Amino acid sequence: MDKLITHSPILIIAIPLLAAFLTPLISRVNEKARDVLVITTLAFVEFLVIILARDIYANGIHIYTLGASSPTLTIPEQYMVPVRIILEVDAMSIFMGIISATVSLAAAVYSLSFMKEETGRDRFYTLLLLMIVGMFGMEFTGDMFNLFVFLEIASISGAALAAFRTRFTDAVEGGFKYIIISSAGALVVLFSVGIFYAQYNLLNIAALAQVIQYTMLDKIALALLVIAFAMKLGGVPLHMWVPDTYAAAPAGITAMLVVSSQACMYALFRVCFTLYGVTLNMATVGWIVIILGMLSMFVGVTMAIPQIDIKRLMSYHAISQSGYMLLGVGVGLAVLGNPEALATYGREAMSGGIFHIINHALYKGLLFLTAGALFYRTGTRDLNKMGGLGHNMKFTSIFFIIGALSISGIPPFNGFASKIMIYESVYRFNPILAVIAMLVSIITLASFTKAFQSAFTGPQLPQYKDVKEAPRSMLIGMGILASIIIFFSLFPGLIVGWIVYPAADALINQAIYISAVMGG
Amino acid sequence: MATLEFGLDFWNPIVCITAFLVLIAGTYLLRSRGQKKYKKGTAQTQIFLSGEEPPSVEQRHIKAHNIYWGFFQALKGYYDPTIKAHTGIINDYIIWFTAIATATAAILFIVG
Amino acid sequence: MMVGIPFNVPFLAVAALIGIAFYIILSQRNLIKLVMGLGIMASGVNLFLVTLGYREGGVAPIYTHAPIERMVLPVPQALTLTSIVIAVATLALMLSMVVHIYRHTGSIDSEESRTMKG
Repeated sequence: MDKLITHSPILIIAIPLLAAFLTPLISRVNEKARDVLVITTLAFVEFLVIILARDIYANGIHIYTLGASSPTLTIPEQYMVPVRIILEVDAMSIFMGIISATVSLAAAVYSLSFMKEETGRDRFYTLLLLMIVGMFGMEFTGDMFNLFVFLEIASISGAALAAFRTRFTDAVEGGFKYIIISSAGALVVLFSVGIFYAQYNLLNIAALAQVIQYTMLDKIALALLVIAFAMKLGGVPLHMWVPDTYAAAPAGITAMLVVSSQACMYALFRVCFTLYGVTLNMATVGWIVIILGMLSMFVGVTMAIPQIDIKRLMSYHAISQSGYMLLGVGVGLAVLGNPEALATYGREAMSGGIFHIINHALYKGLLFLTAGALFYRTGTRDLNKMGGLGHNMKFTSIFFIIGALSISGIPPFNGFASKIMIYESVYRFNPILAVIAMLVSIITLASFTKAFQSAFTGPQLPQYKDVKEAPRSMLIGMGILASIIIFFSLFPGLIVGWIVYPAADALINQAIYISAVMGG
Repeated sequence: MATLEFGLDFWNPIVCITAFLVLIAGTYLLRSRGQKKYKKGTAQTQIFLSGEEPPSVEQRHIKAHNIYWGFFQALKGYYDPTIKAHTGIINDYIIWFTAIATATAAILFIVG
Repeated sequence: MMVGIPFNVPFLAVAALIGIAFYIILSQRNLIKLVMGLGIMASGVNLFLVTLGYREGGVAPIYTHAPIERMVLPVPQALTLTSIVIAVATLALMLSMVVHIYRHTGSIDSEESRTMKG
């Protein structure tokens, strides 16, 4: 067991990678066996993530040096700096890891029946597992170049999955837009990595953080990194690819694309807090993040109301909800240099933002899955053509209500718990921001009322008389997410104390991250 | 376990759920006092529209694009340019990216 | 820290390549040209990385040729190789998607072929 925990950072990345290339082989023998393999792999990864999480909360940062004689030997003999690839998993990384593992498991179970009619499913699961590898890699790596590599793995497989149903025009278009902005963004990230290497001859995040000077070149690199990751996570005004890609992708994949965007948000936070940390002018960068967040919140939600495509509507809400996370963590960043403000409301704001990440991944994943169930049974995403589906799809409508109430921040759901943390602390930072955040929440409720009214309520339409409830594996996938949402709603204090505060503290305490690799 | 404490405030879903349950019980009590002596399957359970024939099922359901019509009408000045900015052309996405990255770099240079 | 680079010529080439790439991506509506622009951008970034790896008077890290105690750390070369491989994969995927877009819409103009907006 100890050995398993020691090696789990690399196992979490390597096992899905191995399984990804096993699936086409096993698919030739037996399709059922392949499905079993995919689900078992993901369940095992989830198990590894949880035991690793327990270890991290008990013993602090977990370091894994690839290729070294011992995993904790970060700096080789006769060297001053780390040269090997290091995986550095702290409370924030494992927090993102928990999200990725849980949502991918639900999405994979859901996809078993959602993709039943498609051809080439062996390749579908290969890509799905590769995307998970990319997300975990981004979250666990302690190396800037490695971050770029995993970013590209997640982007390429994500784009291929979004465009998987090539018989639809919009699917291909969405995938194409995603790969264009991803590869442009990733090249910009690589350029910034080059800038770092030019100045400091280092790639390791912790080693870089120790020596970074905040020179002119560092400022360029910071601007490029922040904006490239902001584009990947869908911050306004760089968000326009989000509705196109999310709407057209298969429903299970959309839920995973949300998580993949959040992995990019993690990278943004990691760069701001850990890589630059105390060297940068916190107020400026914090306000840049806050303004991005406010724009995302407001434009995202106002653009969501007029949508009549149900998945486009939800995609705009994904943008809007990312704004809450950027707002919360941005406030924390803005007051990072002021210990008093940080203690009174900065840490709360960051915890609210970080708690919102996991809540959003769960309820937005659930909502996209219900939208997929509607599409699976009615063959359309157009809300104008739907109506009265609640008569036949009872479970789907219940799941939709849970997701919709949670995203609108209606008590007692988990969305409310994280939003009230954000409101309360942001109000003490700047009251206007908190007021706008509440307004956005109200408009969110309004637009989900519209979606619910047009899809589920009303008299039973004659063309949907014979519509059946979604197939069982889709219900299981949705049920996993819905039950976690209910658990989170009932015990917010437990969740925040157990995983959210450690994650926020991991971002704040740059020194611990550095000393884990550099020693001292 | 259920209580989330932050800043000067706290949040407990159990209290909230209890309050909701009380409200639901009250609502149910009111509802149960309603008229029960109607005849099922007769005209008493049909839709009544001042004696007019009710419209067909498709006509009765309000379609999505009709909802919040007044809201969009009132905010036309905001919605027209915003929707227009979402061109859906991939080049424009990269133009936005370049513009915002340049602006951010400029802000970092000027402000520090 | 940028010791040992005699001329800035390679960096000028990097700037030119990335500038051309951005010009193409921003102005050309043809999807194939757009993909070519991203290819040029990838080359520009790769050239940047390779240039960073140059050390004046350094010894290439080939074990049979180099003296054991002093040679150049081959990190940028390793980065470039990885990045080239990734760029190939991305380009192939993008081109295959352009083919699909053309089959569906009969156009490779980014404005005419789009179906989603607003």
